[in-house]
Amino acid sequence: MVGYIVKRIVAGFLTLFVLITVTFFLMHAIPGGPFSPAEERKVPKAVLERIEDKYGLNDPLPVQYLNYLKNLAKGDLGDSFKQLDVSVNELIEQGFPVSAKVGMIAIIVALVVGIPLGITSATKRGRWPDWISMIIATVGISVPNFVLSVLMLFFFAVWLKMLPTFGLTTWQHYILPVAGLSFTPIAYIARLMRSSMLEVMRQDYIRTARAKGVHEMKVIYKHALKNAIIPIVTYLGPLVAALLTGSFVIERIYSIPGIGRYFVTGISDRDYSVVLGLTVFFGAFIIVCNLIVDILYAVIDRRVKMDK
Amino acid sequence: MISIRLNEKKNSRQPDEMFPDLPDELFEKLDETQKGENEQIVRPSVSYWRDAWSRFRKDRLAMIGLCFLVVMGIAAIFGPMFSSYTYDGQDLSNGNQPPSAEHWFGTDKFGRDIFVRTLYGARISLLIGFVAAAINMVIGIIYGGISGYFGGRVDMVMMRIVDIMIGIPDLLYIILVMMFLGNSIESILIALCLTSWIGTARIVRSQVVTLKHQEYALAARCIGSSNLRILFKHLIPNSIGPIIVTVTFLVPSAIFSEAFLSFLGIGIQVPIASWGTLVNDAIPTLFTHPYQMLFPALMISFTMFALNFIGDGLRDALDPRLRK
Amino acid sequence: MKLLEVKNLRTTFQIDAGQVQAVRGISFHIDKGETIGIVGESGSGKSVTMLSIMQLLPDNARVEADRLAFDGVDLLKLDAKEMRRIQGNEIGMIFQDPMTSLNPLFTIGDQLMEPIRIHQKVSKAEARKRAIEVLKLVEIPSPESRLNQYPHEFSGGMRQRVMIAIAISCNPKLLIADEPTTALDVTIQAQILDLMRDLKKKFDTSIVLITHDLGVVASMCSRILVMYGGQIVEEGKTREVFYNPKHPYTWGLIRSIPKAREGRKEKLIPIPGSPPDLLAPPKGCPFTARCEHAMKVCAELPPVSVPVSDTHRAACWLMHPKAAKRRPEVTKHGI
Repeated sequence: MVGYIVKRIVAGFLTLFVLITVTFFLMHAIPGGPFSPAEERKVPKAVLERIEDKYGLNDPLPVQYLNYLKNLAKGDLGDSFKQLDVSVNELIEQGFPVSAKVGMIAIIVALVVGIPLGITSATKRGRWPDWISMIIATVGISVPNFVLSVLMLFFFAVWLKMLPTFGLTTWQHYILPVAGLSFTPIAYIARLMRSSMLEVMRQDYIRTARAKGVHEMKVIYKHALKNAIIPIVTYLGPLVAALLTGSFVIERIYSIPGIGRYFVTGISDRDYSVVLGLTVFFGAFIIVCNLIVDILYAVIDRRVKMDK
Repeated sequence: MISIRLNEKKNSRQPDEMFPDLPDELFEKLDETQKGENEQIVRPSVSYWRDAWSRFRKDRLAMIGLCFLVVMGIAAIFGPMFSSYTYDGQDLSNGNQPPSAEHWFGTDKFGRDIFVRTLYGARISLLIGFVAAAINMVIGIIYGGISGYFGGRVDMVMMRIVDIMIGIPDLLYIILVMMFLGNSIESILIALCLTSWIGTARIVRSQVVTLKHQEYALAARCIGSSNLRILFKHLIPNSIGPIIVTVTFLVPSAIFSEAFLSFLGIGIQVPIASWGTLVNDAIPTLFTHPYQMLFPALMISFTMFALNFIGDGLRDALDPRLRK
Repeated sequence: MKLLEVKNLRTTFQIDAGQVQAVRGISFHIDKGETIGIVGESGSGKSVTMLSIMQLLPDNARVEADRLAFDGVDLLKLDAKEMRRIQGNEIGMIFQDPMTSLNPLFTIGDQLMEPIRIHQKVSKAEARKRAIEVLKLVEIPSPESRLNQYPHEFSGGMRQRVMIAIAISCNPKLLIADEPTTALDVTIQAQILDLMRDLKKKFDTSIVLITHDLGVVASMCSRILVMYGGQIVEEGKTREVFYNPKHPYTWGLIRSIPKAREGRKEKLIPIPGSPPDLLAPPKGCPFTARCEHAMKVCAELPPVSVPVSDTHRAACWLMHPKAAKRRPEVTKHGI
């Protein structure tokens, strides 16, 4: 078990390292430099000089790279090029809790809705609950989340005037963003759960359980579910990644001051420092999440210990 | 065992009393050919592809999807020719018109006909989707084929690389590369081909690994200087089924990615119309002129539906074991 | 006293291509304390018969019978709850593949204590005690520590013992063993059969042993049912069926048992051909296509089951008086 975890951690570091390196050189290879001529005039010379100094923008690239790594090790992700006196770390401190809150709720909603939907689909296969669940699932997979979000925004907030349109001040504000973020994951989870349950219910050990006189409810929710939920645990990794990228659009549509929006703004502003810093952060975050999922998986399925 | 002949007359009742009386001819021996008739006619064997196609045809959703896609494709290629409007022809006096006989989908704020722009958007989105899927398929087959075929160190290294790449979400990579390459169609295609091949590569690899052991006898019989590519010609075609299914889902994935990027404003730039940019453009006027976003949004959704149905249909048709 | 009574059992499966008639009208009974064997090849319907009685078939199966009674109770009239009281409690079942028949994510203890807690309504501690007792009965060493282990930590033979333990944990009146040794090594096979014989002696359980292996049947069972194509083609006391078989399929089975004779090389004698397609079963005798003595009547009409003695029956047109010239001498078949 311990060996397994250690291997995963090492792999994670490796991935992160590759990501940092690739992103760093990519950012610095973009033609035009961080400031276009038009903008340079807006920024006071002193500030320009300070930035150039701090980042050693006139040093050769490998030196800059090593400096960057050194700063990273200290936990310093750099400063924003475009927004004065704002460091990437500050952006994260402000934006991450907001995004995380919405994200966590979205995960919970996705699991709470998706799993039962999938189970019902499987146990009532071919009958109307199955049809409805699968229609919802197909819509979730096909319609892009930003399309759905905009449509929902229009429908509920503008037309019906039932829900607020932007910001996060009351609990009602959370409804649309969470719905927009979780709809596609619900679809994937429902479909996954359905096929997983169908597969598990065909297994011999389910027949053994019934032969012992176990109540059908227990057969489904104890014997089958534990086995069927394994693929869902595996999906949690990509789920977090999907919510991360989903936050880019959701936060834009609903004007939520989260980390996704800072990232998108950084891109359109060509604020390479922010983009680099946030990418590193996202990467680290995803890697940690994947690690947790891997451990969770090993806990549920004891066979993993033996094989790996 | 010892052979014991029990005296039937002593120990058994007369069978005559239990059996019905039947004509003598019925007790003639049945010859081999007549026995064959007793067996029901076996269904005629069909080739793998014909069988798959007939199974695909039975899937109504998949067929609807296919029809939609074909109609959409034809409309995208030939449609704009029939319209007097172009995708960038501005007519400011006619801006923001709702749908009418003149402008089936209405006009946007610059007076451009949305219907034509949507068709152009179809061209771009479908082009990007299919080209990206095709390129990813090729890369994936080569990478997975080599990795699976050679095995050993080569395989380990190649799979390690894949493991490292897979830790990061695709869209992050794509965004970064887009920043680097600029905002043209070519750059999107390049960006999309960076990571999507991984799924295909894995499938190809596992298929090749399985088949490699089956074809091993064949390999042993092959002449020593046999070209590896010959084996590629055997192994890869045999794995085509799962490959097709995986690749089919790459198309909607690519279309989604492009739309996503364009929506965020970091994809294709104006005045080129892709579905993503159309949706993005229509955000400011969402509340006043909702039709401007509705049509491109519906187009994206229906196309994705169609592609997903086709993908599911193909999966059921090509590999019945994967059936839900 | 008849423990199990089956009259005209018919089981069909609904699939895309049509309806598969897996069991086509069979009737038999089991007395208290008996061990009977059901013999036949894959697809003969032997497993489906017992699964039909236990109501363990998938949703697309339809089970019909004129009478299906266990210990005097009409099984056809029971609701799910009442049936559950019989499953695992009065009838225990052992399945063929111990590798897949145990849930990989739960401990052996959990799976073993489950039927005990359900049917005997005892506390967890009591169930644990009983579980350890049963594990000792099936000769699993250090049962206390084994309870907390997972199926993948056991060998095939041990897993099958656990399955037996689960099946007998509530002292069932009837034990159904569906090819209990097919997936195991020959040496383990002997051990498992010995175990079953011991348990039978201790608890006087009735046993139904389903197998395709005549050797197993000879050593364990007092009565045999031979099934082919969803029907019972011959049934009787073990001695009768082995020494005076009346059905060509039974002859074929007996003939195909490899004989270990020193020095002499003998060819294995299989039964040529393959089982009939039960999607569209043949109208006459199901064995016609593979029978060297087949007559025209065999292809046209299903044979009638007639008694050969009080306890021995067979269904074959060869026993009709008009088939006298076709009726071969028993000795010719090298028994």
